[in-house]
Amino acid sequence: MSDAASIRALGIDAGSTTMKMVGVDAEGALVWHALEEMDPRIEAQAERLLDVVRADGCPDSLPLIATGYGRRLITRADRKVTEITCHARGVHRELGHGGTLIDIGGQDSKVIVVSEEGKVVNFSMNDKCAAGTGRFLEVVSGRLRMPMDAFADTALAADGEVGISSTCTVFAESEMISLLAHGAPVERIVRGLHRSLVQRVSALARGAGLRPPVMLSGGVARSRAIRTLLAETLRQEIVLPRHPQLMGAYGAALLALGA
Amino acid sequence: MTLGLAKYQHLAVSFLGRGALRYERLRQEAKLKRKGSWKSERFAPPLSTSPRLKELISLHYLKGRTADERGPVAWVTSGAPVEFLVALGYYVLYPENHGAVCGIRRVSEKISVHAEDAGYSRDLCSYARTDIGAALSGETPVGRLPRPDLLVACTNICQTVLLWYQVLAAHFRVPLVIIDTPFLYGEATERDIDFVRKQIEEAVAVAERVAGRSLSESRLMQVTRRSKEATELWLKVMETGKAKPAPITAFDEFIHMAPIVEMRGEQFTVDYYRAMLQELEARVRQGSGAVLRERKRLIWDNLPIWPRVRWLSEKLADRGVSLVASTYTNAWGELADLVDPEHPLESAAKVYLHPILNRGTGHKLATMEKMVRDYQADGVILHSDRSCKPYSIGQMDQRERLGTAAGVPALLLEADHNDPRSFSEEQAASRLAAFFEVLEA
Repeated sequence: MSDAASIRALGIDAGSTTMKMVGVDAEGALVWHALEEMDPRIEAQAERLLDVVRADGCPDSLPLIATGYGRRLITRADRKVTEITCHARGVHRELGHGGTLIDIGGQDSKVIVVSEEGKVVNFSMNDKCAAGTGRFLEVVSGRLRMPMDAFADTALAADGEVGISSTCTVFAESEMISLLAHGAPVERIVRGLHRSLVQRVSALARGAGLRPPVMLSGGVARSRAIRTLLAETLRQEIVLPRHPQLMGAYGAALLALGA
Repeated sequence: MTLGLAKYQHLAVSFLGRGALRYERLRQEAKLKRKGSWKSERFAPPLSTSPRLKELISLHYLKGRTADERGPVAWVTSGAPVEFLVALGYYVLYPENHGAVCGIRRVSEKISVHAEDAGYSRDLCSYARTDIGAALSGETPVGRLPRPDLLVACTNICQTVLLWYQVLAAHFRVPLVIIDTPFLYGEATERDIDFVRKQIEEAVAVAERVAGRSLSESRLMQVTRRSKEATELWLKVMETGKAKPAPITAFDEFIHMAPIVEMRGEQFTVDYYRAMLQELEARVRQGSGAVLRERKRLIWDNLPIWPRVRWLSEKLADRGVSLVASTYTNAWGELADLVDPEHPLESAAKVYLHPILNRGTGHKLATMEKMVRDYQADGVILHSDRSCKPYSIGQMDQRERLGTAAGVPALLLEADHNDPRSFSEEQAASRLAAFFEVLEA
């Protein structure tokens, strides 16, 4: 955490699972960020993060844009913008090109087709079913008592894959339990679980009119297994920004800067 | 109930009811005329014909309350040929319209539950569930629905109606006529038209037998002429939406379409749309839009989300978005040219073969692309209707084609036309917010 004094605009992404705050300098470079688990008291949490950034030396009364599910509660924000626009903006600035952005968040997943100029051309959302979201990984890894990193490594180390046919998180969990009871190897099941999420997201991406390159943002982008399997299923290389989880907040900060 | 008492009740209801409805209309009309009585920052005042619409619909259902004690009653699907029934003196009830009334009045869920309790799956169309629920329980927001003497189901809108009307036939123990319309992937062949014409002729014979009277050809021609005239007027009404700003939105049309659907072939329907058209043309001349500060124009695909028409119209109007046309309301106008009053049965066969839902998804895409051009629209909202599979199928591809090939932003909005349980306000609001940003970028 440095360079807070050079911050000229701020973005807050109040997501379903985490809250992110990003500060950008006059050129729009990401110079400061914070990331916390989501607190149910959204506004108080945002205030606290603002105190933190000020304590780091950030000037007062900078432009601020809020995004994410909790954006409406952040009364201090000058404007509220949806995650779709913010993610597209952040990723386009970071990577310097358009393409298809897949954002897999804690409670939904989105596919955003971004033009070369950084505008949103089209988007698709899965907000009806947890099976294509980070929540799916949380539920099944929690059930296996595996931390997220180990969960991804296990999937990648597997020498095979067990198909998970259930289309719903809750039923996938019970399918996993009965597969374990039948003696199926854990690592193969874990790979199958990753595959099932990837297939859902891939279908969403194809439906939105996939336009390469494929870019990934959101918390789930941190999973190496998801990245690998997604590249395999879509037969596309996956381009990753440096901080996939911060792209919403970064885009919000860029919009606040007017950059 | 003795016949005498029934007649007395009917007279009391229709005499007093008519009077009350007329009084209410005059009151509303006077209110609309008073300057400053309309306060909205979103919308222009309602059309001065609106109170008349309310009177027409209320009167239709008021007549329905006792219709089965006075003459023959038919329940029909929204795409069924109705002119011969009107000419035979049937009181015609549209369960789909009644379903929409239940949706707008927010009682569709409560009534559907009666059907669900009887074992009908929630995956079944919410109109069918509302209708079967109403038939089983007798519950309705319109007082009472008349018992049918005849059921007419035409497959040009979906295949659900086949089984839905069989359920009704078993419940009411009345004859069911099915008119099967071959699906059109391209143009209709002579054989298709002949096939449908023969079925309509058979339907006429059944309807004559049930009604106990025979069809007068001149009366059928008269009804068909009125039907054509009203359809042409309705098309013109919708086409005023091409003006910028649009004097009418598709949300208004969802409400004002009731007469063209359920009162086709009546003179008062023709008169109603003529008056409405006049008023809209005047609004175009004055440059007054239905949505104040119209900034963006959208096309709507699929049925409305009846329980949320108002919510959605306000949500759009808040951002200066006017819904200038819809494939749904257009379906009751676009076939006007095919109606030929000189050959009523032959032309009915053609007309009822060609509804948008009986044609390929490519045709619907072409219709939407044309609408975008004609109405100078900035985008399309595709309502992915959980209940209406034939209307929703192909929307993923249609959205993709509109977006990438034609450069028209299109949003897929998941909901249901009549079941509020399949609608999530927060998620819909989220998608709309993102879509507005795309439109404004």
